[in-house]
Amino acid sequence: MENFTPVSALIGGIILGLSATLLLMAGKIAGISGILANLLPPSGRDSLWRILFIIGLIIGAAAYPSLGGDMSFMDINPYQLSEGSHYILLILAGLLVGGGTYIGAGCTSGHGICGLGRLSVRSLVSVLVFMAIAVITVFIMRSIIGG
Amino acid sequence: MLNIISLISGILFGLGLAISGMVSPGKVIGFLDLTGNWDPSLAFVMGGGVLVTVIAFRFILKRETPVFGGRFSLPTKTDVDKRLLAGAALFGVGWGLGGLCPGPALSSLAYGNAKIFTFVAAMIAGILIAKLLTGAFRKDA
Repeated sequence: MENFTPVSALIGGIILGLSATLLLMAGKIAGISGILANLLPPSGRDSLWRILFIIGLIIGAAAYPSLGGDMSFMDINPYQLSEGSHYILLILAGLLVGGGTYIGAGCTSGHGICGLGRLSVRSLVSVLVFMAIAVITVFIMRSIIGG
Repeated sequence: MLNIISLISGILFGLGLAISGMVSPGKVIGFLDLTGNWDPSLAFVMGGGVLVTVIAFRFILKRETPVFGGRFSLPTKTDVDKRLLAGAALFGVGWGLGGLCPGPALSSLAYGNAKIFTFVAAMIAGILIAKLLTGAFRKDA
């Protein structure tokens, strides 16, 4: 557990909760997969707030290291695959994440932070299923790679 | 009003994802790796976020209309159906493989990494394919 960072994780999590709270005060759910899917293709006047939210995500993420935040935890390739294999894995993962969150109507933000906040049973089931399947997936990957 | 709030909310969300370490696939895989070198940090991210929303959402949703005007657009479905389960399962496999979910993936576009761009392009393709297969475009048109 040498990588355990409970303080920054908790602070970051609270900021995520405050962000979702702020957006709900304007009537909207901060579900990233839904915000993205509703822009494909953009449909009329309900597109601008979604585009601005995504631009905000990028600004916020860029701001942290610019303000001197420590990003040394960054590890894009945790399974330590070769470059070619990692690209193939990321394409497969991206297709599954995009398709899965569209079909299942939400991801870690929409079902996780917002859905659980609304005490939604659907969201609780979704979170338990994707967490369990992800744990099994990582176990299988580790077994194959032998890490 | 919605637009400016949305931009601020997005900035906070991106900042929260960066501070929490959620933008790093290594942190995510470390959390999901229960039988390996387990890193429980992500539970604190989720815990912190839900702690705020569980309390704050109650007060916000007590009102008939949002504080900043307009109307609430909330999910209306309440039943646990096959689509929900199948979608969550597919997402779980993808999350376990790449260590990226939609928020961190879009936020990390800030770091200009070709692998992140590749993942986001595939994610967009995945949404479009799923929309095509479920007939969403026909309903939209």
